[in-house]
Amino acid sequence: MEIGLNHFLVLSTALFFIGVYGFLTRRNLITLLMSVELILNSVNINFVAFNKYLYPENLDGLFFSVFIIAIAAAEAAVAIAIIINLYRNFNTIDVEETDTMKY
Amino acid sequence: MNVLYLLLIPLLPFAGFLLTGLFGKAFRGSSAGLLNTTLLLISFLLSVKVVSDYFFIHGLLEDRYVPIIAFQLEWLRFSEDLVINMGVLMDPLTAVMLLVVTFISLMVHMYSIAYMKGEERFATYFSFLSLFTFSMLGLVMSSNIFQTYIFWELVGVSSFLLIGYYFQKPSAVAASKKAFIVTRFADLGFLIGILVLSYYGNSFDFLALSANLTSYDSSFHQAAIGAGFLGISALSWGLILVFMGGAGKSAMFPLHIWLPDAMEGPTPVSALIHAATMVVAGVFLVARMFALFALGGTNVLELVAWTGIISAMMAALIACTQQDIKRVLAYSTMSQIGFMMFAIGVSGYGSESGLGYTAGMFHLFTHAMFKALLFLGAGAVIHFVHSNYMDDMGGLRKMMPVTHITFLLACLAIAGIPPFAGFFSKEEILLASYNANRIIFWLALFTSGLTAFYMFRLYFSIFWKKEKAYQNHQGEGGGLLLTPLVILGILTVVSGFIPFGNFVSSDGVPVSPHLDLKFSILPVGLSLAGIIIASRLYMKESVLPEKLSARLGRIYKLLRGKFYIDEIYLFIAKKIIFRFISRPAAWVDRNIVDGLINTSAAATQLFSISTSGMQSGKLQHYAGYFLSGVLLLIVLFIFLLSN
Amino acid sequence: MNMESIVFYMLAFLVLSGGIMAVTARKIFRSAIYLLFSLVGIAGLYFLLAYEFLAAVQVVVYVGGIVVLIIFSIFLTQAADSDLPKALRGRKVFSFLATAAGFALVLTQILRHNFIPSGSEPVSTNVTEIGLRMLSTGEGGYALPFEVVSVLLLAAMIGCIVIAIKKPGNS
Repeated sequence: MEIGLNHFLVLSTALFFIGVYGFLTRRNLITLLMSVELILNSVNINFVAFNKYLYPENLDGLFFSVFIIAIAAAEAAVAIAIIINLYRNFNTIDVEETDTMKY
Repeated sequence: MNVLYLLLIPLLPFAGFLLTGLFGKAFRGSSAGLLNTTLLLISFLLSVKVVSDYFFIHGLLEDRYVPIIAFQLEWLRFSEDLVINMGVLMDPLTAVMLLVVTFISLMVHMYSIAYMKGEERFATYFSFLSLFTFSMLGLVMSSNIFQTYIFWELVGVSSFLLIGYYFQKPSAVAASKKAFIVTRFADLGFLIGILVLSYYGNSFDFLALSANLTSYDSSFHQAAIGAGFLGISALSWGLILVFMGGAGKSAMFPLHIWLPDAMEGPTPVSALIHAATMVVAGVFLVARMFALFALGGTNVLELVAWTGIISAMMAALIACTQQDIKRVLAYSTMSQIGFMMFAIGVSGYGSESGLGYTAGMFHLFTHAMFKALLFLGAGAVIHFVHSNYMDDMGGLRKMMPVTHITFLLACLAIAGIPPFAGFFSKEEILLASYNANRIIFWLALFTSGLTAFYMFRLYFSIFWKKEKAYQNHQGEGGGLLLTPLVILGILTVVSGFIPFGNFVSSDGVPVSPHLDLKFSILPVGLSLAGIIIASRLYMKESVLPEKLSARLGRIYKLLRGKFYIDEIYLFIAKKIIFRFISRPAAWVDRNIVDGLINTSAAATQLFSISTSGMQSGKLQHYAGYFLSGVLLLIVLFIFLLSN
Repeated sequence: MNMESIVFYMLAFLVLSGGIMAVTARKIFRSAIYLLFSLVGIAGLYFLLAYEFLAAVQVVVYVGGIVVLIIFSIFLTQAADSDLPKALRGRKVFSFLATAAGFALVLTQILRHNFIPSGSEPVSTNVTEIGLRMLSTGEGGYALPFEVVSVLLLAAMIGCIVIAIKKPGNS
């Protein structure tokens, strides 16, 4: 069977929900960040696959992926800065214990 | 007419009220009293100026005093025709009341500085006193009936506050509540009366009301006469209801029960509010709307007259048996107000027949002087003896010479002995009733004799009777305490000579009373008889009074029990109203009204408790809710809502 | 089964197993390494689709940048070899059910939908073409987003420094 669009879509969907599962279950903020990266990558796969199989005359999907990668890098940097700051203040990066925002 | 002066008269006490009320803690010592007294002194001087201007420059127009609207401001506009204004009406009645209120209030303020010295809530007391003065001035200056009602209630509130001044005493609290509730009940009638009158009269302004409702060919008058209920015309109903309000405030039978209890307040307050000014507000109200009463309602004035004479007589009878000197004075006040009421009640409208009106207002004027004097004197005595009861007093004439002399003057005045103030006004009242209604005249004559008797019973019991040793060595009191007594004493002597009819009359045209010396013989003789009897019974210690009361038996008991009117009220309230109306109402309120509210509150609480756990502050909970929501929406929109 | 299919399935296996291990591994450092495998697998997928430039970016930015950053932060915040705290059992069940349901929902939608290719002639995806398009302001050009992203990156850089900097006197 020829590899087609659906193969990529199923793959990216699976990756997306793996990321979501990780986001919901992990308790360490850094692992949460990793889950977010997985989610972003699954989106990238979608963009690229659509570009390739449906609109090969354009490069929009590719550009979107590039920009998402750039923004993901910025996001990761900021998130890690926040995590480090959090660690300094609370001495932990467990999400269960950093619920000060509730009050 | 200087409007600024006129407006400053009530506003200065109001400023005093605000200052001492808001910053009471900042006033040290007697400074709060001094401030308010000074403001009131200015206010008094201004009112002298304004009143003399009115009487001698602005008011007289072709031999007739005309009412002047000195100041008017639109306040509420309900419709094209129905407007409530705020204004100042200046006429002889307002002028007299301005003088009386500012003057008596000034005296009482001065007296209070000494009397209330060292009280913990000194500044509060003065702020209440100033609030009262402001409200009373507003009341007498009001140009329309609605404004009158507002100030009427303010007066009631300040009276409530001052009666309950010693709020640590349960009896004072009970008395203030009683006064407030009884007068409120009466004011309900007043309010309905206002609505009826303004509906038919198409205005709230006194002048417009009089104009609309008294001329027989005006359509308003026709409508007001035409409509009716229980065989009484709407106009009469309106006036009766307004009079009900007045009767409540003026402690007329059967709404008088609050006044004796109101003596729980500080004595100067009793002098100002419950003797000289507020309690005559009812008389003032009838006088203010006199044209309506005289020309509009049929027979309403007769009701006024009978209410007045019955109250006067009843109060005089009760006063003969009371032991608390302030209560004696309270009943005497009620009796004297009854005199004013029936004087107005027997009066007609217009020059000669209107003498009763002039007499009533004259009596209001002189009574304010000598009754304030009596109360202030009684205050001095209480201050000295530390008791309200006659049994604790006696032989005070040597220890308190100034008080003694002024008190005697006031007693002579109230007894109607010439040439003191009370004589002139009371003779005019008797003369007016003689010309109008003989039955009332004879009752009034009897009451007048009785007045002399109980006042001198009071006088002799305090200043003569037995010699007693007193613990107190502080003397009679300082200058501030005695000065008002002396001033009021002098006025008690001279104020009767004022040709009052030249200034105040029912229709504005000056009238002169004809005092008939032959006519005066009987009342004065009766009064002298009353004094002589009192002196025989009470000047020396004797067993005669006890014998007499034992002889009278039941009647004495009835009088001592104040005709059991309080008990009747209690019976009606407790046995009938509470049992058959309040209890079921309370049941409905507790079980149905509250039940509904409580159920909805409990449901809300349950819901909020069960959902507040969602606000955990935990990131992943929120992410979980988010995901569930998204999935739910997907299911909803893609599978359920797409056909 | 041709060569392309085999490569795809291998890469898919790498990506998914890496992802699953990354979100379930008990040691955080291993978790990061599994993430690395997964990301490399995705780069391989881009190669498979003949987007070489994107594959290179993926490797450079993700593998060389973000994963390294994550590993640094792991070292900065805790001991790398200690076990991660266990996920709560209830949460685990809920998450699994929710994600499975979501996966099923999306999958049914994908498989039900009929995608229609435009059928146009493919454009060449060499670096020259990409560079021209990225800096072009005309049709299909991405000059504006390019500038915006550069500003965003600058802002993020300053933000990171501000957030992570040690306040004086705050030991």
